[in-house]
Amino acid sequence: MIILEKRPQASQFWSYGAPIVAVFVTMIFGAVLFAALGKPPIEALSKIFWEPLFGEFNFFYLPQLLIKGAPLVAIALGLSLGFKAGIWNIGAEGQYIIGALCGAAVGLALYPMEARWLVLPAMLIAGAFGGFAWAMIPGILRVKFNTNEILVSLMLVYVAEQLLAAMALGAMKNPEGMGFPGSRNLSQYSSASSWIDQGHGMHWGVVIALIAVIFAYILFTRHILGFQIKLAGQAPRAAAFSGVSPARLVLFCLGTSGALAGIAGLTEVSGPAGVVSIDFNVGYGFTAIIVAFLGRLHPVGILMAGALMALTYIGGDVAQSSLGLPKAAIQVFQGTLLFSLLGIDVLTNYRVRMKRGAVA
Amino acid sequence: MFGSIDPQLLLASLMVAATPIMLAAIGELVVERAGVLNLGVEGMMITGSVIGFIAAIKTGNPWVGFVAAAAGGAGLSLLFGILTQFLLSNQVATGLALTLFGLGLAALLGQDYLGVKAPVFPDWHIPLLGDIPILGPIVFQHDPMVYLGLAIVGGVWWFLKKSRAGLVLRAVGENHEAAHALGYNVIRVRMLAIMFGGACAGLGGAYLSIVRVPTYAAGLTAGMGWIALAIVVFAGWKPGRLLLGAYLFGGVTALQLNLQAASLSLLDVLTGIALVAAVVVIVVGLIQNRRFTAKMLWWAASLCIAAVFFSLYKWLGWVFNETLWLSSSPYIATIFVLVIMSSGGAPGSLGKIFHASR
Repeated sequence: MIILEKRPQASQFWSYGAPIVAVFVTMIFGAVLFAALGKPPIEALSKIFWEPLFGEFNFFYLPQLLIKGAPLVAIALGLSLGFKAGIWNIGAEGQYIIGALCGAAVGLALYPMEARWLVLPAMLIAGAFGGFAWAMIPGILRVKFNTNEILVSLMLVYVAEQLLAAMALGAMKNPEGMGFPGSRNLSQYSSASSWIDQGHGMHWGVVIALIAVIFAYILFTRHILGFQIKLAGQAPRAAAFSGVSPARLVLFCLGTSGALAGIAGLTEVSGPAGVVSIDFNVGYGFTAIIVAFLGRLHPVGILMAGALMALTYIGGDVAQSSLGLPKAAIQVFQGTLLFSLLGIDVLTNYRVRMKRGAVA
Repeated sequence: MFGSIDPQLLLASLMVAATPIMLAAIGELVVERAGVLNLGVEGMMITGSVIGFIAAIKTGNPWVGFVAAAAGGAGLSLLFGILTQFLLSNQVATGLALTLFGLGLAALLGQDYLGVKAPVFPDWHIPLLGDIPILGPIVFQHDPMVYLGLAIVGGVWWFLKKSRAGLVLRAVGENHEAAHALGYNVIRVRMLAIMFGGACAGLGGAYLSIVRVPTYAAGLTAGMGWIALAIVVFAGWKPGRLLLGAYLFGGVTALQLNLQAASLSLLDVLTGIALVAAVVVIVVGLIQNRRFTAKMLWWAASLCIAAVFFSLYKWLGWVFNETLWLSSSPYIATIFVLVIMSSGGAPGSLGKIFHASR
């Protein structure tokens, strides 16, 4: 009989190894899935993982890696704070939308003012505040009424999507858009554009995501608050005795992740996306959950996981256009990645032992 | 007062609107009473909706669709069960993974069926009962799944309250260490509960795609699985109150759809609802306490203030986006309900990992 024996301490080897093994397991599953869909499995995998990096057109795809990776990393970093402490913010998608809407509102209100030093920072602050405020709703409700933050933050995603539709069709509609839905193009409004170097995929969202990685790293390795977050997640009773305020932790984790999601939304809407439109959000807020876990809730890990997940998005597009691989197949692929990671993770905390059947 | 809304039709559509949420919620209630938190309801529901729809189209028989959806939901939940029960993964994370995976799987399976119409699933006209004036069309002239849903809720109530197996399941949920020490197989009980939950979520999803909509559209559950999770909290993990919660949300959904069609101001409706709720609070409070309590008066007063606010807002004619508020109403109502009803009463071992070390 196979039994699991709890390790006294989590295995170092498997805590680094599990994500790598999970990626390989998922690739094998992916190959089976693609074959079942009638696509050549090996070719599909190479289109997803090889072509964007080393293929003939990589000059086009590599900048995409930054564009797709930045929001994933920024959001996942914020989420990882809460996940470590057992505070589950599932509504990053909503905070991303509201951040984009608030920031875009400022940008559109100031149009056509020509003062980049004023417009873009004001938009960034508004975007961060929008995401922060939207995340404060589940935060305050949890602190005041002990309401489940998972469900509230998730419900607010749907409300945010309705709000986005209302804005794209109503208040923020481009007055010169000849009746089409969607706002003015912010990326073409030079004072509001988040682009730094469009040809290389550099925009302010990328810069902020990288700065956030450094800050998160310092927070967890050098700062008492990072220690308190880890403590609250691993030993809530010990945390309570040592005077960690759970309410403060909830508000800090949710607020920070909301603000980061808001910034990600704003830099997306004023850069790569350009306009506030009905289908502006593409699910980064949910995919970031996978990124956070795949990166082991560690800032550097999240950076790498974000890059990998961005690669699956880009590679998915490549495989879609060249092999006709359905977009949803990539979504299944990403879901499987989280599944296999969670499954293999058992080896981090438990040791597998064989036991003779006769032992009672 | 009701404008162009027919109250009889509204109540009848309430029963239909409540059914998918009720099915998904009752399954999750059993899972949570066994001490497992499965956040994958949305994923199982949407997968059930696609699988059920495809099976119904291929065979032309909606019943086959429902069976297939239940099997599909249960199959997907098995994945969750193996990960959380045998590989001891975190239930919150695994549930989220299940939802993400299910949404992808549903999109993949359903891509060739977008906009296809489901085979007709006829309503039952129950003899005698269906002929009762007013009440007949409201309660006794629906499709069989409406009654199956009610039967499942009744069955679960009986199972948890009256049967021995139900007692074991509750014991496992309240304290898995103790149940294990008594010799019950915690993991087997939980696996069965998880699969029941998956089957119910699948049925709920199939009801949406085959009966309620009845065409296949992308993302057609639109958060209903999450609302089902909220209803379990609202119900305090009790089947009776779950029924109430499901009808409440069925009511909100039905009213929302009716209001979008009718030309009745949402602000007027909210004013009405707040005033009625204030009266209900006073009446129920008086019956329960036999006197006026401070808490009761506080609630009634705030509801009256809300009513005044809504009517003032309308009178002032400020900007008000009716469509936005109407289509957000189920989600906002869910948040409200969670705030008011997060009273506790959760099973003791809910969401905790069970590992038999001895």
